Amino acid sequence: MKSRIGLVVYLIFVLLPIYWLLNMSFKTNQEILGALTFFPQEFTFDNYRKILTDPSWYRGYINSVTYVAINMVISLSVALPAAYAFSRYKFVGDKHLFFWLLTNKMAPPAVFVLPFFQLYSSIGLFDTHIAVALAHCLFNVALAVWILEGFMSGVPKEIDETAYIDGYSFPRFFVKIFIPLIRSGIGVTAFFLFMFSWIELLLARTLTATNAQPIQAIMTRTVGASGIDWGVLAAAGVLTIVPGIFVIYFVRNHVAKGFALGRT
Amino acid sequence: MNKIESNKGWFFVLPVFIVVAFSAVIPLMTVVNYSVQDVFDANTRFFTGTEWYREMLNNPQLQSALVRQFAFSFTILLIEVPLGIAVALMMPKKGWQASLALVLVSLPLLIPLNVVGTIWQLFTRGDIGLMGWGLRELGYAYNISRNSGDAWATIILMDVWHWTPLIALLCYSGLRAIPEAYYQAARIDQASRWAVFRHIQLPKLTNVLVIGVLIRFMDSFMIYAEPFVLTGGGPGSSTTFLSQALTAMAIGQFDLGPAAAFSIIYFLIILLVSWIFYTTIMHMQKDKTINK
Repeated sequence: MKSRIGLVVYLIFVLLPIYWLLNMSFKTNQEILGALTFFPQEFTFDNYRKILTDPSWYRGYINSVTYVAINMVISLSVALPAAYAFSRYKFVGDKHLFFWLLTNKMAPPAVFVLPFFQLYSSIGLFDTHIAVALAHCLFNVALAVWILEGFMSGVPKEIDETAYIDGYSFPRFFVKIFIPLIRSGIGVTAFFLFMFSWIELLLARTLTATNAQPIQAIMTRTVGASGIDWGVLAAAGVLTIVPGIFVIYFVRNHVAKGFALGRT
Repeated sequence: MNKIESNKGWFFVLPVFIVVAFSAVIPLMTVVNYSVQDVFDANTRFFTGTEWYREMLNNPQLQSALVRQFAFSFTILLIEVPLGIAVALMMPKKGWQASLALVLVSLPLLIPLNVVGTIWQLFTRGDIGLMGWGLRELGYAYNISRNSGDAWATIILMDVWHWTPLIALLCYSGLRAIPEAYYQAARIDQASRWAVFRHIQLPKLTNVLVIGVLIRFMDSFMIYAEPFVLTGGGPGSSTTFLSQALTAMAIGQFDLGPAAAFSIIYFLIILLVSWIFYTTIMHMQKDKTINK
């Protein structure tokens, strides 16, 4: 019982700022700047309407979702075989390679912003979704390999050997038997890939101008000549949370099963 | 598990190597290149050797930003790790409540970094924010743009709000992996709640905690967007952390050489601390298995 009370207190702490954002997104600017109210007095969808009808606004969401999806596909498809190798084979330089991958997660984006801009401009990828997706691979691939390796180490090697004896070729074994076995791991990995790519700002903002500009960068536009448009800013904020809710809802059971295998 | 010794492994890691090397090696070399030169324009540049490095290491602004950065990272780790474990222990184990708790707890993780700053800006403003307004009603002259103590407390609160869920989520999945038999044995021994935590749950959490603490250390050491939106680094420079100091130098003053040198130093610091942390933990674990 005591733990329920503790959890409820924590959840109130988590939800209070989000409630305030939600509350504000349904208010008019006059009401926001007027008296402080706990519920919108004049309930309005105008802030949302403005975002969802103006292409320069809603394309930001499409851009963000696009590069996050591309990044997840690239990261997972290169990380799966690599994690398999790290969990099954000992090879020259494996430890060093693994540590090198991790160091990329430690490189502050502030360090890389300018050279990234130069690199992607010089090969003509500036302001494309693929540029942001590739840049995010820098930290996401390392994370994916790290998490997947833990799950794969939990799968007994006898399963591989039995499959080979049964006449499975490696690609068929990998896709038909091995991947289904680590479904939870892939779910958890996908969640973290989505998360770190979705929330990143510096690289995404630097590598894009108009065609692939993410919503986070567009949000800074609400500061206009007449001050900040609080209502639209709040509504845009609320809409950035929505895709995440879907993702966590889909992977919730995998997260519960967790890093169970290998990592404990 | 005993692994097969075979260089076939390289075959599988080659795609990862290519993708990451493309984004990592070339930009890093560019930074190194800048850090040893004085660039006037595209054609005029001089080799300066270690001059920028020496200059940066003696720069008082950067030194104080570094001290603030360490203070910040260790403070949030000290709060987030115990709190995250506590939340994980309190979360329901199955049923719809478990799903609901998981979704709600994870919410802050999925909000873009600068939106987190915006949310807390809206929440803490004295005139239109619930927390700012509430604290003032209670008689406390809360002001993050004047009082550096308030600014610090708010940024730490914001980070705890944003990232404790990560630790909680990792620990929650770690806890789910403990077989029921362990708890049954503890019940037979009439072990106390604390003993169960100390000798059954905590050891099983070590590995996920290593991941969690490392990720949190690295990310908090690079924090940029949230304080930038919330306080702009102020009042004064009391909440200007390393990333912001660096960006101000690279973009604001357009001093590429020193900024690049500083970037390298910055990177090496994170690398060193992470390495020390990682090897210490691994060492402790090895000792434990030997003692058994």
